[in-house]
Amino acid sequence: MLTLTPSQTVGPFVAILVPSQDRGSLVTERTSGPRIVVEGMVRDGADTPVPDALVEIWQANAAGHYRHPDDPRPSADDTFDGYGRMHTRRDGRFTFETIKPGSVTGPSGTPQAPHLVVGLYARGLLTRLLTRMYFEDEPSNGQDPILTAVPAERRTTLIATCESEGRYRLDLALQGTRETVFFDV
Amino acid sequence: MNRTDPKIRPYRHPPEGHDPPNDAPGYRSTALRHPTQPLVIIPQTLSEITGPVYGYGRLGPMDHDLTRQHVAEPLGERIIIEGRVLDEDERPVPETLVEIWQANAGGRYAHPQDVHDAPLDPNFTGAGRVETDTEGCFRFVTIKPGAYPWKNHHNAWRPPHVHFSVFGRSFLTRLITQMYFPGDPLLRFDPIFTSIPTERARQALVSSFELDLTQPGWALGYRFDIVLRGRDATPMGL
Ligand SMILES: [Fe+2]
Repeated sequence: MLTLTPSQTVGPFVAILVPSQDRGSLVTERTSGPRIVVEGMVRDGADTPVPDALVEIWQANAAGHYRHPDDPRPSADDTFDGYGRMHTRRDGRFTFETIKPGSVTGPSGTPQAPHLVVGLYARGLLTRLLTRMYFEDEPSNGQDPILTAVPAERRTTLIATCESEGRYRLDLALQGTRETVFFDV
Repeated sequence: MNRTDPKIRPYRHPPEGHDPPNDAPGYRSTALRHPTQPLVIIPQTLSEITGPVYGYGRLGPMDHDLTRQHVAEPLGERIIIEGRVLDEDERPVPETLVEIWQANAGGRYAHPQDVHDAPLDPNFTGAGRVETDTEGCFRFVTIKPGAYPWKNHHNAWRPPHVHFSVFGRSFLTRLITQMYFPGDPLLRFDPIFTSIPTERARQALVSSFELDLTQPGWALGYRFDIVLRGRDATPMGL
């Protein structure tokens, strides 16, 4: 086997490649599905906003299908790729305009509650951190096979709160009492 | 719980101790930024084994040539970086996006937060992108970035490097890393490079000088192959 290429930090200047707002909107007027805005702030161990992070999201369409050949029922919707990324703003915040994903098939056919997969990179992080964003107004969260594998007292770090109709917020904390759950997948 | 969905072909895990730890005291910025709780192990599901393979946006004809994105050529030593994106089993990763960003020849980034006292080059932005061909090959033309000082410790200098971002077929193959240059005396003093635990993995980030890639009278050639997580051959349990 070949030696895997190891990870390195994005450093402080990734905005040269990914300006803020790069792919902050995942939708066009023709994309079908309920429009949502997901926003949040990245914070470090001193509770200071992180102004030089890169946040990526990956998600299914409104029917719960990914635009990818390995999905048994792949989305053919070319108005929605399901991928977004943006550099945090100076105040550590990020905002994505997207659609609410549908429920995706999970391990052994059990449904997964609607969620976004989230990747986080920053100066001071030598690898990417992987997490998920769920939605607080989803009754199916209680049966989600991934969420229920997370220690109960830390689950809320993965669940975006509904700020107003169609507007969700989830902060990503690198450390601290509300440290986000990050995954080894 | 099952580690993996029985119906999907999982991606192999990196060997233990392959990637740098996020808590790396020699690299000071990690102190307040590394997670303190252990990562939670979850099975690979459809959400992770898929990933963005379409819709990177349209690539421009000069996106891969960082020396031709402005009215005139940037200053510095012109170089060619050629390589392949492969998986651990040597299978090429075709039609995947490879992106780079870097400092100019003086070691300064075209970024407002870079305050290093070195000249900006009006003819160099330092960002490039290209899609691999059917054999996983990519090629960039750029200039060799300069070393630059940083405030990590007394007399700290980053070795010349090019930041690389690669997608692969899945969200699990996504990789952001840095390419270094062979024989660089700064490498062993660099806490970011030496955060990688093994010498074998470190060497995977050092490009090789290749006379075959070097174009006579024009530019030096470096090879940098990128190896992404491989995949088990058959679905588990089938
Ligand atoms: Fe850099």
